[in-house]
Amino acid sequence: MGANDLSSIGKPVRRREDYRFLTGSGQYTDDVNPAHHTHAYFLRSPHAHAKIRNIDTAKAKAAPGVVAIYVGEDLTGVNGLPCGWLITGTDGQPMKEPPHWVLAKGKVCYVGDGVAMVVAETPEQAKDAAELINVDYEVLPAVVNPADALKSGAPQIHEGAPGNKCYLWALGDKAATDAAFAKAAHVTKLDIVNNRLIPNALEPRAAVATFSRADDGYTLYVTSQNPHVERLLMTAFVLGLPETKVRVIAPDVGGGFGSKIYLYPEETAMVWASKHVNRPIKWTAERSESFLSDAHGRDHVTHAELALDKDGKFLGMRVHTTAAMGAYLSTFASCVPTILYATLLAGQYTTPAIYCEVTAVFTNTAPVDAYRGAGRPEATYVVERLVHAAAVEMGIAQDEIRRRNFIRNFPYQTPVALLYDTGGYDACLDEAMKIADVKGFPARKAEAAKRGKLRGIGYSSYIEACGIAPSNIAGALGARAGLYEAGEVRVNPTGGVTVFTGSHSHGQGHETTFAQVVSSRLGIPIENVEIVHGDTGRVPFGMGTYGSRSLSVGGTAIVKAIDKIIAKGKKIAAHLLEAAEADIEFKDGKFTVAGTDRSKAFAEIALTAYVPHNYPLDKLEPGLDETAFYDPTNFTFPAGTHICEVEVDPDTGVVQIVNFSACDDFGNIINPMIVEGQVHGGLAQGIGQALLERCVYDPDSGQLLTGSYMDYAMPRADDLPSFKVATKVTPCTHNPLGAKGCGEAGAIGSPPALMNAVHDALAVVGVKYLDMPATPHRVWQAIQTATR
Amino acid sequence: MSVSLSFTVNGKVVAADVDPRTLLVEFIRNHLVLTGTHVGCDTGQCGACTVLIDGNAVKACTILAAQANGSKITTIEGVAAANGELHPMQAAFKDCHGLQCGFCTPGMVMSAIDLVQRHPNADEATIRAQLEGNLCRCTGYQNIVKAVAQGAAAMRK
Repeated sequence: MGANDLSSIGKPVRRREDYRFLTGSGQYTDDVNPAHHTHAYFLRSPHAHAKIRNIDTAKAKAAPGVVAIYVGEDLTGVNGLPCGWLITGTDGQPMKEPPHWVLAKGKVCYVGDGVAMVVAETPEQAKDAAELINVDYEVLPAVVNPADALKSGAPQIHEGAPGNKCYLWALGDKAATDAAFAKAAHVTKLDIVNNRLIPNALEPRAAVATFSRADDGYTLYVTSQNPHVERLLMTAFVLGLPETKVRVIAPDVGGGFGSKIYLYPEETAMVWASKHVNRPIKWTAERSESFLSDAHGRDHVTHAELALDKDGKFLGMRVHTTAAMGAYLSTFASCVPTILYATLLAGQYTTPAIYCEVTAVFTNTAPVDAYRGAGRPEATYVVERLVHAAAVEMGIAQDEIRRRNFIRNFPYQTPVALLYDTGGYDACLDEAMKIADVKGFPARKAEAAKRGKLRGIGYSSYIEACGIAPSNIAGALGARAGLYEAGEVRVNPTGGVTVFTGSHSHGQGHETTFAQVVSSRLGIPIENVEIVHGDTGRVPFGMGTYGSRSLSVGGTAIVKAIDKIIAKGKKIAAHLLEAAEADIEFKDGKFTVAGTDRSKAFAEIALTAYVPHNYPLDKLEPGLDETAFYDPTNFTFPAGTHICEVEVDPDTGVVQIVNFSACDDFGNIINPMIVEGQVHGGLAQGIGQALLERCVYDPDSGQLLTGSYMDYAMPRADDLPSFKVATKVTPCTHNPLGAKGCGEAGAIGSPPALMNAVHDALAVVGVKYLDMPATPHRVWQAIQTATR
Repeated sequence: MSVSLSFTVNGKVVAADVDPRTLLVEFIRNHLVLTGTHVGCDTGQCGACTVLIDGNAVKACTILAAQANGSKITTIEGVAAANGELHPMQAAFKDCHGLQCGFCTPGMVMSAIDLVQRHPNADEATIRAQLEGNLCRCTGYQNIVKAVAQGAAAMRK
C-alpha cells in the first residue's frame, strides 16, 4: 500500500450501516409504499410442462378490487428476456436461445412459470382473483434431471433446441490430455453429482414500479445486486424504452448470493404494466414463490478422471459435465458451467493437460444461474474429490499429494486459459493444518473409535477466479457486456466526500469498507465520507456486485477517481503555494511543497476549487469531482486450504462437524472483521450444500418437492460449529489495493473438505462413494450397503 | 366485517379496526407502517417477524392481530432508548458483526432478548439451540452467537 494509506486500513472498523438495520430503519423494497399503489400477483403454472390451450380471465376481471389482468399475448412489443453470455459450441454454432417470455405464450416449461399477472387494490384481492382465472392446459411429459434430459425419447422442451441441448462446449487440449492418460501410472475416476441448490436470500424478491405521465418516466424499486445492468437489459433488450426514462433503485437488499443479479420476468411485466394502469404496482414474493421462481444454483452431473505418475504427480485431467440450465436461459446461466467452471480445473496444481467438455441442457425446472461461487464450487468439488480419492488409492497422505503438485512459480499459465498472478499455497496449507491440529487427529480418531464413532478428516485446497473481469477477455469468451466498474468521488466545498459506486451492497458492508479506503487515501476522517450505491439516478453506469468483485474492481475504480482528485488537488495547491506542480506532495490529507513546511489542507483545496477566487481559471476548471472506470487487466485468484473434521455416528448416520478450519489468501484486507464475516457466511452455505441442502423435483410430475423451509434444509445455528479461520496474504499484483475478493471462498472451499472428511471417516466401513448432501439417511444407507 | 383492536405498541396505545383475518405481522407492517419487522417466509420458519408480546418472543406471522388484542407489543423500533442509544443487545450485534444484509436482524435481536430473559447465562450450545427458530443466510451464525453472549453479559450489568 502507498504512503497515503493510513489509519483504518486493516482495522476492524464497525459497520456504519448497522445502526439502521439494528433499529428497524433500513429501507428494503417491500418497505416502499407509494401513494395509491396497487398490488400484483402472478398466477404460475402448476404443471412442469404443458401447452396452454386457452386462458379465460373474464370472471377474474370482474372480481372485487381488480384493476387489470395481463397474459403473455397482452404484452405487445415486449421481447423475451435476454441471456448476457453467448457460448459458442464445439461445432462453431451459437448456443440455443429459446424465447424466455415475460409471461408464458402458448406453453409453460416449469412449475412456477408465470402465466398471468393480476393487478388489484390489495394483495388478497389480487390473489383471490387469480384463483378465478381458468387456464386450459394440455399437460405434457416433463424431464427434471439433466442427465435424463439428454436421453433419447426425453420430452422435448423447446422446438429450437433439439434433444434439449443448449450447447456442447469444450476447453483444453484433448490430444495432449489423452496422451497424458496414455502414460499414466494410475488413473482415478469419479462420477459426481453437484446437488441443485436454492439460494434463499432471507429477503424475498420484490419490486415496486411507478410510471409518471408528468415526465413519461418510470421508477423501479427492485431487489437487485446490479441496478444499472437491470435497467440496461430491461430497457434496451426487452421493453424498448430509453434508459433515460427509467430509474432503477435497489435500496437495502436483504442478501443476494447471485439470485438477485438477474433480470426477472416479474419486475419487467410490472414496469410495462405501470404505464397501462397508471398507478404504482407493488409485488413481494411469498417464500413459496421464491422457491419456485428464483434462479437456482449448481445441478451438475460429472464424470471426471485424473491421471497420475507413479509418484502422485498429476499428468492430466479429463472432465465431462452435464449442466442444467433449467427451462430458460437466465441472465448469466450459460457462462457458469463453462467460463466460470472449466477454467478452474487446474486448481492449485501444475496439472499440465486438462480437457473439459460441458453439455448444457434444458430441463423442466426453474432457471439455473450463478449462486455464490458460480461454477467455481463445482470445479473445486471435482478437483478436490479427485485429489482425495487419488491420494487414498495411491497411499499418499492428503497434504503430501497436494504439496507434490502445488504451483509455486508465478505468474503461472494454466492449461485452461487462466494466468495466475500470485499465490502462496503452501503457507495456507501449513496454517490450516496448524489450526486444525492435524497432528492430534490420530489420537482423536482413536478416542472416538472407543465411543463407537467414526472420525474423518478432509482437505480442500481451492482456487477461484474473481475480480470479474477484463472486458476484452470476457468479450472474446462471449460476454455481451463489459465488466468494468465505475466510481465517482465528489468532493464537497467544505471537504466532505460523497462517493458514488456502481458496486452494490446487499450485506457486504461497502459503506464501511469503501469509506475506509477513501478516508485512508485522502487522509480525512471516515465520518467525512459517504458512500452512495444502488440508484441509477445517482451512481455512474456500473456493473454491480457479484463474483467477489466489489473491492478489487469497484474499490479500484474509486481509487482511480481519488488519484484524479489528488492530481487536480496538486495543481490547485501549486497555484496557492506558488510552487511547481511537480514539487507538490500529498500525504496525510495535506498538499505540501516538498522539503518545506508550506502546505494546504485537503479541505482548503476543496474550498478553493469551489470558490475559485484565487485560482488558475485559465488552465483549470473549478470543482473537484472525478469519475473513473476501471477495467481489470486480469482476474484475481483468491485461494486457500480448508480442513474439516467430522465424527459420524454409524448407528444413525449423523455427521457432526467437530472442527472446521480455513486459511484463505484474499490479498490485502481492508476490514478483517467484514472479511471474516464473509468467510463464515460462505462456509455456512458450502456446509449447507454438503450436509443439508438439496433441491428436489419429482422426476415424474416435475413438482418441486423442496418448496418450503420445512422441506429444504437451510442451515440453522445449531447445525454449524464455530469455524477457525485465518488468512495469509500475497497481494494481488494488478490492482492498486492488492485485493483479491473474499465473498465466495467459503462456499467454494468447504463442500469438498467436508465430503472428503466424510469419505475418510467411512473408509473403515468400506464406503467408497457418497454424493452431497451427506444426510443421515444417505450416510446410514451407504454404511448398510457397504457392510452388508 | 372488521374487529376493533387496541394494543400498546412500543409504549404507545394504538387502536384500529381490521379484517379479522389480518395477521399480526401484516398489522404491524401495513397498518402501523413499522417496517422493521420483516417477512422472510410463509411457513413460520424464518423468524424474521419476531416481536415481543407481553415480553415473550412470538413470530408475528403465526398469530392473528386479533389474538394479540390488549397486549403490550414491542417491535424492533421500540428496542433502542428514546434518545437513540442502542439496547445492549443491539450494540453487541454491531460490535460482534452479528449482521450483514440486516434482513433477519430485527427478528434475531428480538429472539436474543427473549433468550437472555430465559437463559441469562446461556453457553454457546444453548444459544445455538435457542436460535433454531431464526434463519440467517449471511453470517453463518458464528458472530450472532458471539453477539448474543456479549449482549447477555451487558444486559446482566
